[in-house]
Amino acid sequence: MNMISTDLLLEIAYLVATALFVLSLKWLSSPVTARRGVWAGEAGMLLAIVGTLLHGGIVSYRWIAIGLVLGTMIGVPLGRVAMTAVPQRTALSHAFGALCVTLVGTSEFYLRAPNVPGFMMGVLSLEVILGALTFTGSLMAAGKLQEVLPQRPITYKGQNIVNLGLLAIAIGIGATLVLHPEKMYLFPFMIGIPLVFGVMMIIPIGGADMPTVISLLNSYAGLSAAAMGFVLQSKLLIIAGALDGASGFILSVNMSKAMNRSFTNVLFGAFGQEQVTAAGAKETRPVRSASPEEAAGILTAASKVVIVPGYGMAVAQAQHKVRELYDALTKRGVDVKFGIHPVAGRMPGHMNVLLAEADIPYDKLLEMDDINGDFPQTDVALIIGANDVTNPAAREDTTSPIYGMPILDVDKAHTVMVIKRGMGAGFAGIENPLYYMDKTLMLFGDAKNFVGSIVREISGGHN
Amino acid sequence: MKLDLMTSLYVFMLAAFIGFEVIRRVSPLLHTPLMSLTNALDAIAVVGAIILVGEGKSTLATILGTIAIVAATSNIVGGFMITDRMLKMFKASGPRKP
Repeated sequence: MNMISTDLLLEIAYLVATALFVLSLKWLSSPVTARRGVWAGEAGMLLAIVGTLLHGGIVSYRWIAIGLVLGTMIGVPLGRVAMTAVPQRTALSHAFGALCVTLVGTSEFYLRAPNVPGFMMGVLSLEVILGALTFTGSLMAAGKLQEVLPQRPITYKGQNIVNLGLLAIAIGIGATLVLHPEKMYLFPFMIGIPLVFGVMMIIPIGGADMPTVISLLNSYAGLSAAAMGFVLQSKLLIIAGALDGASGFILSVNMSKAMNRSFTNVLFGAFGQEQVTAAGAKETRPVRSASPEEAAGILTAASKVVIVPGYGMAVAQAQHKVRELYDALTKRGVDVKFGIHPVAGRMPGHMNVLLAEADIPYDKLLEMDDINGDFPQTDVALIIGANDVTNPAAREDTTSPIYGMPILDVDKAHTVMVIKRGMGAGFAGIENPLYYMDKTLMLFGDAKNFVGSIVREISGGHN
Repeated sequence: MKLDLMTSLYVFMLAAFIGFEVIRRVSPLLHTPLMSLTNALDAIAVVGAIILVGEGKSTLATILGTIAIVAATSNIVGGFMITDRMLKMFKASGPRKP
């Protein structure tokens, strides 16, 4: 076969792979077709890789084979992590993707320099700057999520100026190289400075902001891959990068809306610096608490129950006990649903995965906008390990630091029950007036044990 | 097949629009699998690394390219595996079809 037809075959393989990628994301729109989406993605990927391996330009397969085998050996354990570890796994994979893009960009520069046309140098700069900052930024995020790094945000005066200054220098170097590609000694700085920037960018970010940060890094990783597509003149890569970038962008916007942060705040990665020092007067009103026995009585007497899980539920590994509670109540004819806030968990959609893993049917998992109308007709809202996302102050108290954040309207249910370790304030250090309402019962204890006790009471009373 | 700047920009712009429209329709229920799937698809960058290493134009390119292949391949394998594992867990209630 001559060169022209192999090239053509490869182009056709890439074209089909592109179509499969778009279909893959389209099928992900519903849980019913979602797995087909994965298969389409896999088929597209396989086609593109096999097509590339058969490409005429390849002279040696040795290092390619070594790379593919090593990558598979690292990838398999990363595909088997526990569902609670999915956020850090995702952050790590953003780092790997960005590493790949940065290394290829670096090689391309040294192969082509000093004869790099201006436009090419521009996208190449974009590719390595975005790639390098996403690499270290994602590693930092993964470290914080895995709790090998302190989760507490570290802030100092002038942080934003230092960070933006670093980014500006990197962009300045990129611009210089566009005009003078022969100044090759500048290139290592264009990689090094964004590497430092990636670390600095994540330092001021706390655990609660992680869903936004992961989404944003996802978007950066996609954009850097698209830039790589421009450099290599590969339509497939431009499209895959654009899809990934768009996905990360949409998720970032969703997350920032759910946390009531402005979009520019997200775009420049400047979150978490608004440190809240417990606003307002301390609540002195008494709270009502209840025992597992009383809670079981109220729950079994209810006809409609909404469970609101937060990350605390996952930390306490209570999701399987929650599933038992769901079973016990459903068996008694109680209608049980789950109200999921968009930022529940450590990444977008994380809570749904954790509940699905505990075998809770997905049609019982309702988004905030879909469940909020139901609360006035709900007998019991049971809150497990969530705090700020249920705080009515976000709706009513204009002086509250979280005012304007969309919340789950649990306070509209007839009875509210909150499983909580103690009366400590939430992640943002804000008092939750919900706990002092007359209809609220505080269930003090570990989420897993407490839910377990309620289940025992229900089953015991039943038999 | 060579692309010029404008064609590349058109491709990027149209793909971004398709991305927005398709991904807007993904249920928030599946946002975690969405992220792991797009991440795996993004690792298509491996084809660039494969060509780089295969052409063997310089030692630097071979070394960096091989590391790039390792990184991207681990994303492809791990990404598809975990996405499928997650999606397998999503079940509708009861025997009835949703």
